[in-house]
Amino acid sequence: MAGALSFNNVGMTFPDGTRALGGATFDVNPGEFVTVVGPSGCGKSTLLRIASNLETATEGVCNVDRDSIGYVFQDATLLPWRTVSRNIELLAELHGVDKAEREQRVRNVIDLVGLSGFEDKYPKQLSGGMKMRASLARSLVMKPRVFLFDEPFGALDEITRERLNDELLRLFQLEGFAGLFITHSISEAVYMSTKVLVMSSRPGRIVASFDVPFAYPRAHSLRYEPEFAELCGEVSTALRGALV
Amino acid sequence: MTDVKVPSGVGAVPAKRPDDAPVETQNRVRASDVIGPAVVFVLFIGFWYALSTTILPEQKRFLLPTPHKVLQEGFFTWQEGEQRGLFPILKSMWSSIQVAIIGLVITIIIGTALATAMATRRWVERATWPYLVALQSAPILAMTPLIRALIDGVQTQRVLVVVLIAFFPIVNNTLFGLLSVEKSQHELFTLHGASKWTRLTKLQFPAAMPNIFVGLRISAGLSVIGAVVGDFYFRQGGVVGIGAQIDIYRGRLWGSELIAAILLASAFGLVVFIVFGFLSKLAIGKWHTTTRGQ
Repeated sequence: MAGALSFNNVGMTFPDGTRALGGATFDVNPGEFVTVVGPSGCGKSTLLRIASNLETATEGVCNVDRDSIGYVFQDATLLPWRTVSRNIELLAELHGVDKAEREQRVRNVIDLVGLSGFEDKYPKQLSGGMKMRASLARSLVMKPRVFLFDEPFGALDEITRERLNDELLRLFQLEGFAGLFITHSISEAVYMSTKVLVMSSRPGRIVASFDVPFAYPRAHSLRYEPEFAELCGEVSTALRGALV
Repeated sequence: MTDVKVPSGVGAVPAKRPDDAPVETQNRVRASDVIGPAVVFVLFIGFWYALSTTILPEQKRFLLPTPHKVLQEGFFTWQEGEQRGLFPILKSMWSSIQVAIIGLVITIIIGTALATAMATRRWVERATWPYLVALQSAPILAMTPLIRALIDGVQTQRVLVVVLIAFFPIVNNTLFGLLSVEKSQHELFTLHGASKWTRLTKLQFPAAMPNIFVGLRISAGLSVIGAVVGDFYFRQGGVVGIGAQIDIYRGRLWGSELIAAILLASAFGLVVFIVFGFLSKLAIGKWHTTTRGQ
């Protein structure tokens, strides 16, 4: 069965001849959370840009329901002139959802991401973690069936990052979307995912795939279990191999 | 050229705060904010007295009367319809204000429309940019004889000078603002199928507002200069602007009215500066951090 998001031998060569991605094949099904780890510049983000149609693959086929994509960027990309609630409303506004319905949805997700009380603040008044929550909420409003995350927590401090990991997992269980997550962090990858894919450097190729056996909900203490450390070690070894 | 007075040091920028601290606006007035300008003001008045009573050679002193004489004859003499005192100054002032405002409004409408066309259609930008730069560097006042010869009506001529002088900063700053939207924000709009119009109204124009207000403030100042300076060159019939009025006083050697008129023309520039600073704060102060202290 083809997943909510499926890559079939997808490759990408830029007009200047740089080969960014060399034949990626994998599926992400609803209820799956797949994370791609790889060295900087290996074409991880290109995967997401192809999935969301920001770029067109030069080879292969990527099948996805494009009307139901949530995309979370590296930075929060909030509009500084809009308050938190008006920012969260934005995508629904672009899709022509009517005002009453929009406000209802915004109220729901604001609670969900823990931004109650911050509705009327402007982005410059928020911390980095809160901006990311608002960014997540903005996508959640559209109830995406496929959620793409491009290193969303990379710029946050470790405590905030771990907390947002937990909250994102809670949302994942609640909404049951198909998640594709990009990160540099091996422990973040293992902690979050049902499956971890390791990518080699340019041209990006998927060189290893690890199923993560831990059941959800996952507790913070999982990070200190020997099985967790062991799996992180295996991913790390594969990643080192990919670098050579 | 008449200078637009720019008060420096109004509201110093507070030190940068750590990223996570919510930013609150500080509105407290410190004693040094008041004392400094007051001291300079007293020094200025003292210097003025010295100039008009001792420093200037005696035969020139009548052109620069003492401050209290200027107040008395220039500001507190009021005879409607008469040539002396405050009445004709205010009348010509009003004429210049109208010219400046009409010119500025026309500049804003045409300038914003052009900048929008340039931002959305590359070929418009390529086709017009060289001429805008040429306009910016051309000495507009040198064109006044031509303008006078080609265009009928003093009022139209004066407004045209204002538009020509104030045009470039509006276009330049608006265009720069419209084009400086972050790539990821554009991509967000692309992902969600935004039309060109939606992108313009919901993304590019709001993002450009800080730049648009910078352009507005510069152009508003220039429109005052354009109106006052244009007056020197265009005066026929009953319409006399403040610039022409100043020249008339100079010719008649009426020192008090001359100084009063110059002070009021400067005050006009200052008021425009303050009004646009206030409008800017009102429109973007809530979300934009660097509107203070400029």
